[in-house]
Amino acid sequence: MSTGIGKATGELADSLVRGIREYTDKIQFEVPHREIVIMEVCGTHTVALRKHGIHSLLPPHISLVSGPGCPVCVTPSSYIGNAIDLLRKNDSVLIATFGDMAKVPDERGRTLAGEAGSGRVAVIYSPADLFGLCERSGREVVFLGIGFETTVPTIASMLKAARGAGIRNLSVYCCFKLVPPALKALLRDPACAVDALLLPGHVSAILGLGPYEFIRDLYRIPAVVAGFEGLDLLTAIYMLLRQLAGGTGFIENAYTRVVKEQGNLKAVAIMEEVFAPAESLWRGLGTIPLSGLSLKPEFSDFNAEARFGLPQLTHREPAGCGCFLVIQGRLKPLDCPLFGTRCTPDRPVGPCMVSSEGACAAWFYYGASAV
Amino acid sequence: MCLAVPMRIQKILSADKALVGSKGLTVEADVSLLSNPALGDYVIIHAGYAIETLTGEDAEERIRMAAEVIGDEFAGGNPSDGDNSRHRSRRGTPD
Repeated sequence: MSTGIGKATGELADSLVRGIREYTDKIQFEVPHREIVIMEVCGTHTVALRKHGIHSLLPPHISLVSGPGCPVCVTPSSYIGNAIDLLRKNDSVLIATFGDMAKVPDERGRTLAGEAGSGRVAVIYSPADLFGLCERSGREVVFLGIGFETTVPTIASMLKAARGAGIRNLSVYCCFKLVPPALKALLRDPACAVDALLLPGHVSAILGLGPYEFIRDLYRIPAVVAGFEGLDLLTAIYMLLRQLAGGTGFIENAYTRVVKEQGNLKAVAIMEEVFAPAESLWRGLGTIPLSGLSLKPEFSDFNAEARFGLPQLTHREPAGCGCFLVIQGRLKPLDCPLFGTRCTPDRPVGPCMVSSEGACAAWFYYGASAV
Repeated sequence: MCLAVPMRIQKILSADKALVGSKGLTVEADVSLLSNPALGDYVIIHAGYAIETLTGEDAEERIRMAAEVIGDEFAGGNPSDGDNSRHRSRRGTPD
């Protein structure tokens, strides 16, 4: 970053922080001691907020809480157990996964990383890596399909290419999740005490702003799409406070350089060509209609559940683990009795401490202040 | 898992592939999710795929956005009382 850009960023950040404080004062003047709860829906935001120390710049009455936007954190524990059981039962299978998932314990404390000695667990960076893996290994490659709307189009595109290339030893164990249905479930819950939403940046790059209109129409709370740099986050929080102080609640976009109003239509079309919405089980939120994705009949030959007869998903929380509350913004990581003692990134109990974008890991690595 | 980074297209390799680079790093990326990827475009890379084209250089656009949002308050004056009608990224009506 050049000196000019750094100086401009610093000056703007100062102005935004001053504005946030003044808007907060205005809100406090009208309702003394009111706590303002802002939920960052996206796990990547959770990490970015902590990493940039944004929480330390905000007035004490503003509380940042995490949402259900970390794919690993909302995946039911039996999903990992089913993958491990499949690996142990079927010598021809190779499990391919994004890195975070390999470290999450299943209901019996087992992890995919612990199965690495089999030589049949592969951590991949990109769905495109699966082509070479299928060719080199000669095994039945089962890809653990988790992620939100950001990731799903990349997997849909990969599957179209795999079909074109005639790859037959590949299947996907689908546990994808959709953000808007989860937000609907969260906001519908009377226990939800969120005043404003920091909406995900890269999910919105795919979806655009349209799918969030229900937030304005039904709940009238401020919601702003944010980028991931410190200045992005301060800008978005400033916009949320400006709305709260003005008594308004609608959708704004603070990440216009990436997020277009209509989203990425081509990516959505590819996603819809391969996948259809389906009921899905979430850790913490339970079963939500049309909040997941299943392969369309034309792509059903890539369905790992059908190919290997995988059991239906269930979920059971590890004893004492507060992850299910953390991802609903009802418990701060620091308030979990296991945080930093029985549960650490080296010996995680729940997924929020495992994932690189889990709230507990972010608090552990970047400072666990109570804000 | 929604982590994505801005990079610039350095070479179009095929209809679906391009070389993208940032800060001395060059990697191959899949551009099949973009409508019209072109040499010199800034794109957002997620898991080896370009998921969207940026409207300009990342840091400059970030500053432009913040300056636009804070508008009159940029010089350090009092914030307005919730009036953001000038802001172009707004969607829908406030009520």
